[in-house]
Amino acid sequence: MSGATNPPPKPASADDKAFKQELVALIPHLRAFARTLTGDPTAADDLAQDAMMKAWDARASYQMGTNMKAWTFMILRNQFYSEKRRSWRQSQLDQEAAERTLVAVDDPESPVALDELRLALATLPEEQREALILVGAGGFAYEEAAAICQCAVGTVKSRVSRARKALQATLEKGGYARDGRAAGDAMRSILAAADRLSSVRQV
Amino acid sequence: MTDNSNPPGRVPPKGGASLEEARLRQQAIGVKLRHMFDEIVNEQVPDEFLDILRRADERSSGGDEK
Repeated sequence: MSGATNPPPKPASADDKAFKQELVALIPHLRAFARTLTGDPTAADDLAQDAMMKAWDARASYQMGTNMKAWTFMILRNQFYSEKRRSWRQSQLDQEAAERTLVAVDDPESPVALDELRLALATLPEEQREALILVGAGGFAYEEAAAICQCAVGTVKSRVSRARKALQATLEKGGYARDGRAAGDAMRSILAAADRLSSVRQV
Repeated sequence: MTDNSNPPGRVPPKGGASLEEARLRQQAIGVKLRHMFDEIVNEQVPDEFLDILRRADERSSGGDEK
């Protein structure tokens, strides 16, 4: 994504304006994707800001009318992995942050289910997690997710499928330590919360 | 739509949960996953983001590049 070393200075144009508008509209999605990758809100916003600036700087290489969401997600993802290579401790920190969040919650209602889902997500291999997020939550088609992850469509499909199975198994078995809560509660609270959410949605 | 239609923590000894139940569980996970993501999408974007972008825009349209 480093692109041209020195992009030619570009006068502010109608294109820039349209680009900026579209980019601003994507910020909430970039933040969400960044948060699911890093698991930490502060690190996620730093990452999303870096990706936003990289996209802005590379705007000359973006073709208006193509899928800007996929393009910016790819930039963000590349940024995440290049930073990650620099700090090997990151994944341990993710895990610790997820555990702290889980322990901090003592409301027996839906927030727990959300945090259990987060924690279960954190136990997935990275490439499975991002594939599942892109397809299952980000609304991307398999083809788009493949473009973002720079891999084959079949690879994305199998990653998503393995992620779904693993997630379900983790939630059912409780593949993580949890004080005083029976295994299986995670899945039950997710089922209950999903029930509430979908009945709200149908109204 | 009752909350306790699925007995908690009871895994059938053979063959695992039925296909139908597995499908329901996957659906539930999907709903939660989207909900988790949408919740972040719906958060208010910190001003910082727009400030940074505005400064970058001013820099690039301001003529002199440094």
